[in-house]
Amino acid sequence: MAEISIRKVSKTFGKTTVLGGVDLDIFNGEFVVILGPSGCGKSTLLRLIAGLEEISAGEIAIAGVVVNALEPRERGCAMVFQNYALYPHMTVAQNIGYALKVAGVARAERQARVEATAKSVGLTEYLDRKPGQLSGGQRQRVAMARAIIREPRVFLFDEPLSNLDAKLRVQMRHEIRRIHNRIGATSVFVTHDQHEGMTLADRLVVMNKGSIEQVGTPAEVHDRPASVYVAGFIGSPAMNFLPGQISLVRRGVLLENGTLIPLAQMPVLEDGHLVQLGIRPEHARLTPRGRGVIEAQVDMIEDLGAQRLCNLMFEDMPFCVLIEARPPLPAGTPVGLDIPAEHIHLFDAASERRIEIALPLPVAAPAEALTG
Amino acid sequence: MRRAHFKFSWIAAALLAPQLLIVFVFFYWPSAQALYWAFTLEQPWGGGNTWVGFDNFRKVLSDPYYWSSVRVSVIYALATTVLAIGMALTLAIFVDRQLAGYRAYRVAVIWPYAVAAPAVGLAFQFVFNPGAGIFSYINAVAPGWWDLSQNPWQAIAAIVVAGAWKQVAYSFVFFLAALQSIPRSLTEAAAMDGARPLRRMIDLQLPLLTPTFFFLLVINITDSFTDSFGIVDTLTGGGPFRATDLLVYKIYADGFRGFDYSGAAAQSIILMLLVMALTFVQFRYIERRVHYT
Repeated sequence: MAEISIRKVSKTFGKTTVLGGVDLDIFNGEFVVILGPSGCGKSTLLRLIAGLEEISAGEIAIAGVVVNALEPRERGCAMVFQNYALYPHMTVAQNIGYALKVAGVARAERQARVEATAKSVGLTEYLDRKPGQLSGGQRQRVAMARAIIREPRVFLFDEPLSNLDAKLRVQMRHEIRRIHNRIGATSVFVTHDQHEGMTLADRLVVMNKGSIEQVGTPAEVHDRPASVYVAGFIGSPAMNFLPGQISLVRRGVLLENGTLIPLAQMPVLEDGHLVQLGIRPEHARLTPRGRGVIEAQVDMIEDLGAQRLCNLMFEDMPFCVLIEARPPLPAGTPVGLDIPAEHIHLFDAASERRIEIALPLPVAAPAEALTG
Repeated sequence: MRRAHFKFSWIAAALLAPQLLIVFVFFYWPSAQALYWAFTLEQPWGGGNTWVGFDNFRKVLSDPYYWSSVRVSVIYALATTVLAIGMALTLAIFVDRQLAGYRAYRVAVIWPYAVAAPAVGLAFQFVFNPGAGIFSYINAVAPGWWDLSQNPWQAIAAIVVAGAWKQVAYSFVFFLAALQSIPRSLTEAAAMDGARPLRRMIDLQLPLLTPTFFFLLVINITDSFTDSFGIVDTLTGGGPFRATDLLVYKIYADGFRGFDYSGAAAQSIILMLLVMALTFVQFRYIERRVHYT
């Protein structure tokens, strides 16, 4: 059974619809990351689960109980906020122990649990400090500890790492995943950072404009994006898109300038069907002029250290290729491009949904769903 | 911040002159005069004075009426401050929680601050009048029960209520601003931690209001010492039998009714020192100590 079950949930603020009929099942012990740009409704969805916003329509159940009408304290969720939301007038120990104090846990037990929790996140030396005297990373740990100590059924994270610097963000990311592995509580993590999503998630939920675009493991979402939107959002640098139409006779996609890009297998579509052909920068290959399937020109080359990012112009469209070598290619140099058929993604031009070319791979379900 | 430096210019002097003139005529000159009179014996009808040193102060401080005035001033200051801060806090919490109709009374609550003290006193003169208004009904049931011209404690209660009513607005504005500057996520975090609204108020909002609370405490006490003249003068005239003879009112009564310029000047100096001390406490200790980062 799903730990959190979201059924046709929508949320409107006045006349603005923020979420339009979202369906999602989150399984017991799973780490789910909700990924999307700002304004896509991901934080709203999390706040609906937490009970900080009222559900406009639909139903949310936690552990089989419909929670629509329940107060946040009755839902068994703990939340880590983006700006930590630590109580500024309380010490670290008081911050961590506040939930227990409200719950009426005896002082001695409270103190023991605060100390144990603080130890598990490395805060033992800071228990008597006020949040104002802590660094960003330490405050983040206090916020984590405050959530952990309640032993909640569900952890909710609202972009908790976005205020940290890059190095600390990676470190805290690892720590959050380690804590999840140790405690095993169901976790829902909201972020706009695809690296956080890819690395933390058991399952990734990609959202756009108030609805879910795709749900799947990070590998599934990356390798078989369900829409143009997901394909463009996941992966860095972003996927290249070339508009064209299906040519059954020539077994490929005919681009607008007459270039044919051959496909390994033909999708079940009529001749002339309009499509978007997608290819990731790491999969396209640079060739000498006249030896590839496409002719393009160098616009500029960005050196990333380990790799080079070749920004090309094909007709009037930018096209990006990731290469290992450091070729001397000044701007304006004509080059060829090879587009390997096995790495091509096809999307319907009208609906922007994915068109399957090869036989679908078996979908990996979360372990919990199979056993439980 | 970089400070701007200006060279002396006649335009700058001309622009400053009106303000300086006002401050000089209405503050420095009278203060200096009061200081001089406090150490001399001034004749009521003019015509010379005698240097008497600290005699005026000795006389004031050994006068039992002065000490009863100090006592009633302290009662007035504490009572109006507690009442005003309490009312202001309650209203501010209602407005902050956006209870029904908050938009209307958010504005309404601020208005009394714009009313001058004598006008407040006059308005409450009607409210507390034993022969007309609300209390006439009580007096109709229990004849003579309410009369602030005879019952000292009723007279004190009347000026306290009027004074507090006037102070509520100021404190309300500050409390509301402070409440609204508490980040929403803090309240939400406390809600997630299981605290109900009342619990959140006690554990979270009130402690975070402490700096504002101390600021308002000093401001209100200072104001109740200096800004109470109009209310006392219109509402009770210091009576009955000096029961509402606050320090600032006693200065006026002794000076301009009793023609004891020297005694009144000495009292002025004492009151001025008291207010300066309170202001010093305000800036030196409270503003620095009680705040959270």
